[in-house]
Amino acid sequence: MVKGKKKWLLGSTALFCALTVAMAGCSSGSGGTKTAEPGTDTTTTTTTGNTDSSGEGTAKTKTTISITYRDDGIGEKGTFYKWLKELSESYPNKDVEIKPTPIQASEGDYFAKVALALKSKDTAPDIVTEDTFILNSDASAGYLEPLDDKVKAWEDWTNGSFIEAMKKGVTASDGKVYGVPYNTDSRGLWYNKEIFKQAGLPEDWQPKTWDDVLNAARTIKEKTKDVVPIWMNMGKATGEATSMQTYEMLLYGTGERLYDNDTSKWIIKSQGIIDALTFIQTVNKEKLGPPLSKVLNGQAGNTASREYLPKGKLAISLDGSWITGNYFDTGAAPWPEYKDVLGFAPMPTSKGQDPGSITLAGGWALSIPSNAQHKDEAWDFIKYALNKDNTKKLVIASGNITVRADVAKDPEYTAQPFNGIATEYLQHAEFRPAQDKYPEVSTQIQTMVESVATGTSPADAAKKYAQDVTRIVGEDHIVEK
Amino acid sequence: MSSLTVSSVYKKRKSYTWLYFLLPSIAIMLVFFIYPILLTFFYSFTNLALTGEAAKELKFVGFDNYVRMFHDPTVRVSIWNTLIFLIGSAVIGQQVLGFIIALLMKHKNRLFRRIIGTIVLAGWVTPEIVCALCLYSFFGDEGTLNAILSFVGISDVTWLYTVPMLTIILANIWHGTAFSMLVFQAALDDVPTEIEEAAVVDGASRLQILFRITIPYIKDTILTNMMLVTLQTLGVFGLIYAMTGGGPGTSTTTLPIFMYNQAFVNYQLGYGTAISLLLLLLGIVLSLFYIRSMKEQ
Repeated sequence: MVKGKKKWLLGSTALFCALTVAMAGCSSGSGGTKTAEPGTDTTTTTTTGNTDSSGEGTAKTKTTISITYRDDGIGEKGTFYKWLKELSESYPNKDVEIKPTPIQASEGDYFAKVALALKSKDTAPDIVTEDTFILNSDASAGYLEPLDDKVKAWEDWTNGSFIEAMKKGVTASDGKVYGVPYNTDSRGLWYNKEIFKQAGLPEDWQPKTWDDVLNAARTIKEKTKDVVPIWMNMGKATGEATSMQTYEMLLYGTGERLYDNDTSKWIIKSQGIIDALTFIQTVNKEKLGPPLSKVLNGQAGNTASREYLPKGKLAISLDGSWITGNYFDTGAAPWPEYKDVLGFAPMPTSKGQDPGSITLAGGWALSIPSNAQHKDEAWDFIKYALNKDNTKKLVIASGNITVRADVAKDPEYTAQPFNGIATEYLQHAEFRPAQDKYPEVSTQIQTMVESVATGTSPADAAKKYAQDVTRIVGEDHIVEK
Repeated sequence: MSSLTVSSVYKKRKSYTWLYFLLPSIAIMLVFFIYPILLTFFYSFTNLALTGEAAKELKFVGFDNYVRMFHDPTVRVSIWNTLIFLIGSAVIGQQVLGFIIALLMKHKNRLFRRIIGTIVLAGWVTPEIVCALCLYSFFGDEGTLNAILSFVGISDVTWLYTVPMLTIILANIWHGTAFSMLVFQAALDDVPTEIEEAAVVDGASRLQILFRITIPYIKDTILTNMMLVTLQTLGVFGLIYAMTGGGPGTSTTTLPIFMYNQAFVNYQLGYGTAISLLLLLLGIVLSLFYIRSMKEQ
């Protein structure tokens, strides 16, 4: 009996050990594979940092500045990579070597990988590209270096070369500047004029309400074959694209907001939320949208802009102004005819109420991590990289909108198709809440949108969203409308 | 006489020499094993986060993460999904299929055993992520399965979206059956043929032999295998993450996927570690159950 008990005890301890090994294996498997890249990327660069070895007195000390950005899988064909390569050749200070250290990840994973890399001196790059939605969070976490002193001494920053409103995007809730913006964007309805013509719809399409949009989609479904009427990102895998291009464009179009600035509270319940979700439900219920198997994975954004739209398999796409960057000769999916085939209509408000159309603006910035090794050299490079000429090269090559007033007036820039309209939309532009909880709330939005797309009712999804957001921001920071 | 000296020498040596030999492994265990576990345990009571204000200073939040877990409906869904995945792919799928294959191969021609064994083993030796990609392209919209079905006139079925749980269960069965098969092959070889022959003489049918003799004889192996397969399956992450990402919705969100999402998508590392401990607990409970039933026989 005693022996049996002992055996049992021994067995269970052995088991506990075996189990924890399994768990450890599991957790390192999940975390490890996902986070390995930024680490390896940047450690290689930091080792090539200062090579002031005494033996080679004749060789000048060369400082390596590593720049981390997101590579969505196209590697050296990417615009950002090519732009960096060009800059590193033209950069006057030859004692500095510019080293691209991309993180190859889906949009959602990029931010987690960056956060992990920024945590340690061993893995932090010297410059990092930050989406303005997460900049505030990363700044609150102490990952980024405040640049106030540096920007004050920079003529371009103080003489009005940068559009004043764009500085808001890089200013965190503590009032300090944590990055220099290099692009912004607007969102709207891209549509294929050829398909519209085929379906008997106006080629100069100007929808006034959501119903106009839905009716156009219905007509297309009826009159054409093998064409997806309307594409919106609706999955968790597409991350911020789902929150911003789809949900927030709809929600803000109802007149509601995510966050109430007056009371400093998150709005967890409103008619606007239900209306926005109902729109998504309608699109899926009537099969006006893309097949779920295509839209719920991380490649959905690229599938729409690089495959479906150019091939004439998609009529309307609710997407960002930057997608034209794909169609340049140097882009990921060259399509010279896009200028004539595509139209870019503003996204109407739900019932056509003022201001008539809506867009959200985001954008990216260059920041210096607190754990960076060569902060001064990094700052010098940022000043060079984001001067008028170099910013212009980047925004033109990538199809983005500039944040610099001087570039906005440049004839070469204004000659780009759609740049004029996209910039015009910015007049009514709304920004995402500059709150450090926003990224977390945003993932709840994605969960909510995906659940509606897969059949949950708007009311149920909204209820779960309200619970989740309450849990994240706390009972004191919520309001119902 | 001689035995006396041996035992006295043995007694003299019975000091703590053994400890010195064990020290290196104990040290390694402490550093790489006990310490991380304690650390995980500690972090599950903090607000550890990847970004935001919480990332700046670590705060002790008591049982907040656990309270949150009990109120989180997705936790319940994840536990449920984990159990379905476990029972479907490990307990029923891998065990039963592995047993059947092993049974059918018993006493068969050596060449035949070798060929079939190799084919089944292919799934086992394939790395998890490669396996996931293979099965993704098999079940995908324009995948092999749909291509085959189109010959018989069945139009495209979106397997990964209409029956996501089934696809990952089948994938895990494909991946893991070989392990059970090997274990059962070894066990079945140990069943003495004399007993089976005696049963045949007594007029027992094949099914009777199987359920009255063979299975009771290898019961211990079945339970051990069940435990090993269960623990392996509880930790499956890459396969599911690569095939469905836990979606659509939460239909394939198992605990490991949910843990990853909380830790690296929602940036809540503290909450993520709390979930990992829940996973650990689930494993312990299930295994104790197996051990108990092993003891009771």
